[in-house]
Amino acid sequence: MTELNSTELNSAGLIRLSAAQLAAKLAAREVTSVEVTQAYLDRIAAVDGQVNAFLHVNTEEALAVAAEVDAIRAAGGAAAEELHELAGVPIAVKDLIVTIGQPTTAGSRILEGWHSPYDATVIKKLRAAKMPILGKTNLDEFAMGSSTEHSAYGPTRNPWDLDRIPGGSGGGSAAAVAAFEAPLALGTDTGGSIRQPGAVTGTVGMKPTYGAVSRYGAIAMASSLDQIGPVSRTVLDSALLQEVIGGHDPFDSTSLTDPFDNLVAAARTGNVTGMKIGIIKELHGEGYQAGVENRFNESLELLKEAGAEIVEVSCPNFKYALGAYYLIMPSEVSSNLAKFDGVRFGMRVLPKDGPLTIERVMAATRAAGFGAEVKRRIILGTYALSAGYYDAYYGSAQKVRTLIQRDFDAAFAQADVLISPTAPTTAFKLGEKLDDPLAMYLNDVATIPANMAGIPGLSLPGGLADEDGLPVGIQLLAPAREDARLYRVGAVLESLLEEKWGGPLLAQAPALGSTSTTAGGSN
Amino acid sequence: MSVDATLSFEEAMEKYDPVLGFEVHVELNTKTKMFSSAPNVFGDEPNTNVNEVDLGMPGVLPVVNKAAVESSIKIGLALNCKIAETCRFARKNYFYPDTPKNFQTSQYDEPIAYDGYLDIELEDGTVFRVEIERAHMEEDAGKLTHMGGASGRIQGADYSLVDYNRSGVPLVEIVTKPIEGAGSRAPELAKAYVAAVREIVKNLGVSDAKMERGNVRCDANVSLRPHGQERFGIRSETKNVNSLRAVEHAVRYEIQRHAAVLDSGQPIIQETRHWHEDTRSTTSGREKSDADDYRYFPEPDLVPVVASREWVEELRATLPEPPAERRKRLQADWGYSDLEFRDVVNAGVMDSIEETIAAGASADVARKWWMGEIVGRAKAADVDPAELGVTPQVIVELNKLIEDGKINNKMATQVLDGVLAGEGAPAEIVEKRGLAVVSDDGPLLEAIDAALAAQPDVAEKIRGGKLQAIGAIVGGVMKATRGQADAGRVRELILAKLGVEG
Repeated sequence: MTELNSTELNSAGLIRLSAAQLAAKLAAREVTSVEVTQAYLDRIAAVDGQVNAFLHVNTEEALAVAAEVDAIRAAGGAAAEELHELAGVPIAVKDLIVTIGQPTTAGSRILEGWHSPYDATVIKKLRAAKMPILGKTNLDEFAMGSSTEHSAYGPTRNPWDLDRIPGGSGGGSAAAVAAFEAPLALGTDTGGSIRQPGAVTGTVGMKPTYGAVSRYGAIAMASSLDQIGPVSRTVLDSALLQEVIGGHDPFDSTSLTDPFDNLVAAARTGNVTGMKIGIIKELHGEGYQAGVENRFNESLELLKEAGAEIVEVSCPNFKYALGAYYLIMPSEVSSNLAKFDGVRFGMRVLPKDGPLTIERVMAATRAAGFGAEVKRRIILGTYALSAGYYDAYYGSAQKVRTLIQRDFDAAFAQADVLISPTAPTTAFKLGEKLDDPLAMYLNDVATIPANMAGIPGLSLPGGLADEDGLPVGIQLLAPAREDARLYRVGAVLESLLEEKWGGPLLAQAPALGSTSTTAGGSN
Repeated sequence: MSVDATLSFEEAMEKYDPVLGFEVHVELNTKTKMFSSAPNVFGDEPNTNVNEVDLGMPGVLPVVNKAAVESSIKIGLALNCKIAETCRFARKNYFYPDTPKNFQTSQYDEPIAYDGYLDIELEDGTVFRVEIERAHMEEDAGKLTHMGGASGRIQGADYSLVDYNRSGVPLVEIVTKPIEGAGSRAPELAKAYVAAVREIVKNLGVSDAKMERGNVRCDANVSLRPHGQERFGIRSETKNVNSLRAVEHAVRYEIQRHAAVLDSGQPIIQETRHWHEDTRSTTSGREKSDADDYRYFPEPDLVPVVASREWVEELRATLPEPPAERRKRLQADWGYSDLEFRDVVNAGVMDSIEETIAAGASADVARKWWMGEIVGRAKAADVDPAELGVTPQVIVELNKLIEDGKINNKMATQVLDGVLAGEGAPAEIVEKRGLAVVSDDGPLLEAIDAALAAQPDVAEKIRGGKLQAIGAIVGGVMKATRGQADAGRVRELILAKLGVEG
């Protein structure tokens, strides 16, 4: 990234710094965390009326944490020394992750106004690192969707073109980072919900290895596929954030004991010389937009020039991945979302007429509280798990999952890292696929296999498609537990591309008009 | 509530052969719950022993309680089961407000223990082998209290209260294979089986095993088939039969009810039945049908439970002696007759007698005290004999006072009363109450003279060699000394006085 000179250290300049740059300036006491946090709150106030990335803005608490960091830094001594590298760097959180002190809606009416009595493990870690939480970001209801249009609180818009979708389900987190409303954000990725929004907004999104980050406190969509991960503007920033939120959690028995403490070092010492990078035959070409293919090929050329060997691998069972995903995911959804019944928390709706039985109250609550896409998946999953259908649907899908894992095993025997476009197309227009669930589902065709196999996947900006000038994402995949490898290759590709572009891709994004200049405030 | 027709038990047995099956739920007494760190405590204020996991709040995840797995393995081993090297939990999906997640996390097709057996000894000593299909781990549901209705059932209630303290309490469900061949002893076997399971889990220390608190709960399956038919009849499942006597009665009742239905040419409906202690009968619950589709699938939030062979063998080595074997050993060691031993067991004082013997009493002395004195007093006080307040040490001390001739048996019972009244140790009570046997011969000789003078004819008979007549004189002396004399010494002195060889 190009260094900004000190005269650019005004609010507009501050918000364009990467998290790593902000951290350095905070440590050097060139800026205060309150200045940084206020700059972001001002930006949110100015542009979020157009973007709708935030469901809740956490002004007071964010500024209080920022002031606390500033006070510790000002006092110096051991406490200042012990501050985390990212202390004082603000962050936005996808509203699927529970937080004390702020509402958590999961993008659903059924949780409107609900406050969690406990913090997610990742939130505890953010608090321990003293990172001010700017607020909660928009998402497709319960993370089900690829466009954020399934949010009960209105769609988020893509900062590159406000008539287009920011991807989903984590469109709010990606748009917030792309629109300079936050330097960092947390997302969750079940079938691509971090990576695909990253691709279509020109940001970086990382889905860590399944189990690398605790899921405790992320409202479950599909437990065996869900993973919390970082959203950022640079590869290094994602590595920094993953080291904050990762690690074993005794509250999540599926969390790994590996430390994952080599990620930042990998991002800082990127090198691809002698590495084998495998193109997945099945994940490009037919069905992929021409501009996406062009940018993808351009990245391959750059990696080759940097000393990597490009090989082609085949994953023949990937053609079953989408089908299997849409059996396993809804099956788990049907069970995970059963708890939303109006009995213990959230919305409760009484039936309009007839007897007031518990079954009828549950049914009325769920009928009114859930949106169409959520209902569609609950019905699908309930059906797939039914006696007599279980083996044919859920059972077969689990077998496909094993086959996908084998495809990856074979591929990683030939290549250190795999590469593909993150999504087949650039951002589509709002409303374009809302009535065609299958077309919407196809958007995740390249991201789903990583969730099915539990391996890490990183999406980074690959440039703009020639035909529409919109961002294209490049996806890198590595074997389970090899998250560091993605940061190493990702950092190299990022620097080669930025060299070509003459700066970060987001510098080319159109300016968002100011709608307001007042600071902070909840919306 | 309509009353079902029944056949007499004898007639039912003439015509049909019963097949039984049991699902016994055992609540484990682990410190914390099956999947959360909330305390596992009975009887506290509703909804105090809960955290976000037990309440099924959004975002929570379960974590398996290792102590519960350990207890489950011990139960499996005590039931002679195989222990799975790895096994998984599953989700049993159904909407009901006692289950906060609207699914119960339970084991389904991968139980931790399977293929075992339990040898059940009936009253007359007949041993009947019950095959164990499986013992699996699961979590308990919350407790619903339905308010306003007449029946206490959800139907007709105005509203229901739910206490999630019990939600997530670790359970082991022990499922038998179909039990054939019990014939007319089916009700007795039912009671004996549940008693044996209860005894085993209590003996293992893994459950408080109090049926009245629901620590051990039994669902009894009964079906009948005509004699000679191999195929099983259609079964009913009587839920939550929560005392040993009720298990016996419920099985007997269901046999009689089934027989009447079959006799009338009607089919048995496969259904859940509710047991009513007051009328000693069952009524129909909801019908079990294909509509109950629990959509089981492997619990994706938990990794498989791994029970390494080393761990299993370590636990096997720590298992206490099985209760049935222990009883055999103790009876042989103590030399009690079958009848004596059964009385001891039924009175619930076997452990106390064992402790009393360990403290230094003989087997007969221990039995004499526990069966002769303590059981009756405990019954009157409506407590368990062991909880009455008599320690083995007290019995040993009492017995020593008798053997040393310091007190006699009659006084000893008074000392026992003193102990129970909190007056102190036996020796102190003897002192305080002035109960010591009169051992100074002076007062005794006076009393003997008086007694002989009062009954000269008896004295004459003794002199003449009719020694059995001495009882009347001894009695007179004891009466005069208000029982404080040592009867043996009195006898010696009388004989000496009369110049008769004893």
